Amino acid sequence: MISIVNYQASNLRSVKKALDYLGLEAEVTMDPEAVRRADKVLLPGVGHFAATGRMDCTGLRAAIAEAVARGAPFLGICVGLQWIFAASEEAPQVPGLGLFPGVCRRFPAGAKVPHVGWNSLEIAAPSRLLAGVEAGTFVYFTHSYRAPVCAHTVATTEYEGAFTAAVERDNVFGVQFHPEKSGEVGLTILRNFGALPC
Amino acid sequence: MLTRRIIACLDVDGGRVVKGTRFVDLRDAGDPAELAGAHARAGADEIVFLDIAATHQARGILIETVRRTARELFIPLTVGGGIRTLDDAGAVFEAGCDKVSINSAAVKDPTLITQIAERFGSQAAIVAIDAKRMEEPIEGEHWRVYVAGGRIPTERCVLAWAREAEARGAGEILLTSMDRDGTGSGFDCELTAAVAEAVSIPVIASGGAGTVEHFLDVFRQGKADAALAASIFHFGIHDIGELKQRIAAGGVPMRWPC
Repeated sequence: MISIVNYQASNLRSVKKALDYLGLEAEVTMDPEAVRRADKVLLPGVGHFAATGRMDCTGLRAAIAEAVARGAPFLGICVGLQWIFAASEEAPQVPGLGLFPGVCRRFPAGAKVPHVGWNSLEIAAPSRLLAGVEAGTFVYFTHSYRAPVCAHTVATTEYEGAFTAAVERDNVFGVQFHPEKSGEVGLTILRNFGALPC
Repeated sequence: MLTRRIIACLDVDGGRVVKGTRFVDLRDAGDPAELAGAHARAGADEIVFLDIAATHQARGILIETVRRTARELFIPLTVGGGIRTLDDAGAVFEAGCDKVSINSAAVKDPTLITQIAERFGSQAAIVAIDAKRMEEPIEGEHWRVYVAGGRIPTERCVLAWAREAEARGAGEILLTSMDRDGTGSGFDCELTAAVAEAVSIPVIASGGAGTVEHFLDVFRQGKADAALAASIFHFGIHDIGELKQRIAAGGVPMRWPC
């Protein structure tokens, strides 16, 4: 069972229906206990980084940290990826989980923001999550802040410079784009996540 | 590289697509769900449902249509037309759409933009602007904002309204040239470029598409981030894939193959 963490911020429906379509068993939950014992944890996110702060006081942050620590595969999408970095300029008072170093920053002034649309992936390192995804493949983005490129970045995308499009280390995965909105290639990525051993 | 987008717009009334369909091999060429899927497979980057329903009953059917469509559509889906309140927006989001497009209701109550942006995120809030050239410019502005499907002129000018929409939290502008809409004589590149330069959010150009060159023009001269067409198969080409390949051959980045 994949726990889709509901922190009352984002549209969770599209991720859930993509998993349903793929036949992957998933539940949307706000219950820290359910997250703690989940086989896999998925943290979606569209919206403001500050909303992740709600997870601090509801026990969800601790539950996710525990699930990750015991090795449960974790996938963060969009703000869910940004949250596993140290912090974001969007809400400096709200700490990220800090599994990857660096601060998410807004695209520079003068750029069209949000970065909306289909942009290509440059593969930086072998990845289980991106298995079968070729360099240059287009995926759908919509965001105003971006995570820096780090040692565990497995794919980058160029928009006013390179940023982390996908990050991966052991059981922790994050994507800045929306696999649930990226057509067939997005479904491939979610299928890969579903196929990871628990 | 970030590609420019080709957005397929379907006019929906009471659960049926009412114009512009030339797909073969569909069980039901008027079914929005099936057509949306066919457009996605053909290479459309996004789908827009424009609800042209006049009745409350048809509105309820739209929600069911969105739900059914969203179940098997994995590219962005926008719903526009008839969204007047945060609750209206919430109902179509709940049914599975990704963005809403608001037009007359935003002009009447601009705080609706902020309400939607704060609740669902700016990326989900598109402000649609119907623009028509004025006979005489006012304070440097050449286009006036119309509402109610282009029937009613407002006091607002297009560039000022686009800037205000951005400031209030809109994530994209869907800009329709009333002067060009339905003419097939090309997008209004002057209008589109003026809006694209006035705001820093993406601009979707609409109205006037007739040939592949029109798309090239609106991406190059018009500086559009995306182009929307309602009857995308009426350009003397076979499918969206061919359209995108020809646009890409003209030097504009496209997502192709999909």
